[in-house]
Amino acid sequence: MTTTPVTLAPPRRLVDVTIDGREVRVPEGSTIMEACEAMGTDVPTLCYGDTLAPRNACRVCVVEVEGARTLAPACSRAVEEGMAVATDSERVRHSRKMVLELLGSSVDLSTTPKVDEWNERYGARPDRFGPRADPAPLGERDARHAGTHEVGDGSVAATVEQPAKVDNDLYVRDYGKCIMCYKCVDACGEQWQNSFAIGIAGRGFDARVSTEHDVALPDSACVYCGNCIEVCPTGALSFATEFDMRAEGTWDEERQTQTTTVCTYCGVGCNVTLHVQDNEIVKVTSPHDNPVTHGNLCIKGRFGFQHVQQRRRD
Amino acid sequence: MRSDRHSTPYERLTRPLIREGGELRPASWEEALDRAAAAFTGSVQQHGPNAFGMLSCARATNEMNYMAQKFTRVVIGTHNVDSCNRTCHAPSVAGLSAAFGSGGGTSSYEEVENTDLIVVWGGNPRFAHPIFFQHVLKGVHRGARLFVVDPRRTSSAQWADRWLGLNVGTDIPLAHAIGREIIHAGLTNDTFIKRATTGFEQYREFVEPWTLAAAEAETGVPAEAIRELAHAYALAERAQLSWTLGVTEHHNATDNVRALINLSLLTGHVGRYGSGLQPLRGQNNVQGGGDMGAIPDRLVGFQDILDPDIRSRFEKAWNTTLQPNRGRTLTQMFEAMDEGELKALYVIGENPVQSEPETTKTVRRLATLDHLVVQDLFLTRTAQLADIVLPASASWCESDGTFTNSERRVQLVRKALDPPPGARDDIAILCDIAERMGHPWKHPTAEEVWDELRALSPIHRGMSYTRLEEHQGIQWPCYSEDSLEPGYLHGRLWSADPAERGEPAPFGLVGHSPPVDLLDDDYPFRLTTGRRLDDYNTGVQSSGFSSPLRRGETLDISPEDAERLGLADGETVRVSSRRGSVLVPVAVTPAMRAGLVFMTFHFPDQVDTQLLTIDATDPIAGTAEYKAAAVRIDKVAQAAGAAEQPPVPASA
Repeated sequence: MTTTPVTLAPPRRLVDVTIDGREVRVPEGSTIMEACEAMGTDVPTLCYGDTLAPRNACRVCVVEVEGARTLAPACSRAVEEGMAVATDSERVRHSRKMVLELLGSSVDLSTTPKVDEWNERYGARPDRFGPRADPAPLGERDARHAGTHEVGDGSVAATVEQPAKVDNDLYVRDYGKCIMCYKCVDACGEQWQNSFAIGIAGRGFDARVSTEHDVALPDSACVYCGNCIEVCPTGALSFATEFDMRAEGTWDEERQTQTTTVCTYCGVGCNVTLHVQDNEIVKVTSPHDNPVTHGNLCIKGRFGFQHVQQRRRD
Repeated sequence: MRSDRHSTPYERLTRPLIREGGELRPASWEEALDRAAAAFTGSVQQHGPNAFGMLSCARATNEMNYMAQKFTRVVIGTHNVDSCNRTCHAPSVAGLSAAFGSGGGTSSYEEVENTDLIVVWGGNPRFAHPIFFQHVLKGVHRGARLFVVDPRRTSSAQWADRWLGLNVGTDIPLAHAIGREIIHAGLTNDTFIKRATTGFEQYREFVEPWTLAAAEAETGVPAEAIRELAHAYALAERAQLSWTLGVTEHHNATDNVRALINLSLLTGHVGRYGSGLQPLRGQNNVQGGGDMGAIPDRLVGFQDILDPDIRSRFEKAWNTTLQPNRGRTLTQMFEAMDEGELKALYVIGENPVQSEPETTKTVRRLATLDHLVVQDLFLTRTAQLADIVLPASASWCESDGTFTNSERRVQLVRKALDPPPGARDDIAILCDIAERMGHPWKHPTAEEVWDELRALSPIHRGMSYTRLEEHQGIQWPCYSEDSLEPGYLHGRLWSADPAERGEPAPFGLVGHSPPVDLLDDDYPFRLTTGRRLDDYNTGVQSSGFSSPLRRGETLDISPEDAERLGLADGETVRVSSRRGSVLVPVAVTPAMRAGLVFMTFHFPDQVDTQLLTIDATDPIAGTAEYKAAAVRIDKVAQAAGAAEQPPVPASA
């Protein structure tokens, strides 16, 4: 039997960098974040996605590169030979504190993992800008036009909060929790799904995630693959099951198991991770490092699980 | 938004049912298993083992399929075991086996991302295999050209550089014309043809009549487009040819597959990284069901039932005697019911009443059986006809095991949920019946079954559960626990050493045979069938969730035809074939060409499309011609507001 060699990526040169005074050797082209990971140095981030090209949108991951004028986003800045990086300098801590405060004061981060821990680590006090403004009525933010933004009087902290959009039975868009990281835009666009049902409308503080012409989801190009939910870091996009259970107070991740198995809707063989609470599937994700899916599913794989739960009641 | 009437969800079965006085009544597991075992034992005693048939489930695990075929061959003593791969992809297996000696797709999904030309033939993976299409789009974004060959301008075709909209059932003339053009343009890979193939000279003569002009007349595809595809395919450094049910659900499906394979032999687009043939399977374990020997002519690992050495190895392992002949295919089993030669049928997880063509004929045939035992999650239309119904667990989330996907990757299936109380694991049910028939198999775990079968199957031998976990699945062949083979097959064909090269791949000399159901003045429209994005097969699974995209069944029709017939979007029409008729609302869409209409079979309780389809079957693989029926469309007089009422299923 002939064994033809499998095509492999060409070998990469290794470069030496210093992170917080410690030397590490990583492949050329690695990001600072990857180098930090290799050393076990934690770098907080919200907008980084392991299946997506970095957008540098959230600025939580900034680090200080010796000799550079500005702070650099660790998620996208590639390492260079001899680079010295500080991840916990006064300048870095100050920047992260401010970014967390601005995000926390204007966005509902109650379902964003790790934020409380980071606030404590950097001494961030998102509430120091005063009481939060009342949420906007549904649709009000979506109707705003560029150039007509009204600046508040400073008595309350401006927010992006608004009621959740519940316009279909499968998933919910709660844009009061949106930090505008662009991950859903990229997952729906050219990087994975290529449906282009999600874009950014508006400018500045009024910028928001929107369907085309702000139509309701069922009238948009959305195909309900849920690949945007898969990458959303704050819970702004969530399964209807999760949204409803959180509202009822029954959502409990401690009691959930996650089991990876294979979808049955076609022969492609997508890996699905079933999140199960009390013997019911409450959410479906896919492993991001899986060679078949890279974390992506279609409407059937993502939402088509309910048939096993139609219990006969007799 | 959601429209409930299209999709009443099925409820899970939690108690066995037994027919008594014409009605199904709840029964205990003991009673149901005793009755099933007694029925099979009695049938074998009275009519012999070959009056038994097993329909195994292309959606259940490899382990379950292995046990189902072992049950059939050892406990009953026949090779009459088959599954619904017969209704979709058996022709791909048959065609690929005939050419290369092995019935799997030759490449991996990843290669589609790293190729120069992608041809998608007779399929709409954007809807039916969405995650495969993501790999295609990666390739497209990296610069690969995409050609889509399909009667409909599908959502996949919208991404293509060129769409070749051929007439239904003219795949062979198109393929032959491409082959002829490659030969006449001097673009053949002569070294590959000389070393790795046989029958080229005959093929050259055979395709000679299919000039571009002749093919244009038959297929409806402009000659220039055919020429362009031929040149692009032959000149590409690497090229992938992928097909789906548009190629295989025809009466001459195996020939269609051979005609496509010929193109790869002409150009050497097989057996190299980035160049290959990729049939996409419609169900999660169609590949595995066949690999496991749940087919009438092969034992696990594609081992030929007619080979005495192979048989004797299995006879020793199973301590039994195997018949030295092939069993009946699914199609032949149904025909044998007509002849009174098949008396007992054990159906695991299949719904032939709604998935086989010509519903009324299927129901009539099942009624001739002495015993029909159905094992399923739901009380499907087939289960409603059964004598004994056994409630099963869902393989993909309520049991452990493995599935094999379209790139031959064996992947672990893991139990995430407990089945509803009363439902039981398929393998446990099989073993309990086997035990009552004198084969005390105990209750092996999935891993124990897997280890038994990989000891018997060289292509699975190196895949332990531990390794499958470690590598996120392994593609067959995998001969040893110490190595992994490349992700593509048949690299041997490129070897300079004839011994390593092995059996050359023969060109398939296959002639054109138009669809059996002819168009005429009474039945002027060509009806073809397929899937939509959010629904699946007979709807038993997908009716369980509320899809915002779901519109229910429609008859897709071109704007030209709609205008000619005076039809408005959403208007209900009567569609009739030579076999039956249904009422269905029309959807006017530019995806359809004039003369072509399209339906799914996702909503059989709303519109029973199979009343219209024809059961002309492929003589080699036994797959039915779902893709080509001749129909007539009639306006129905509508009372005011009738469009608001749910469509009524009608049969003639």
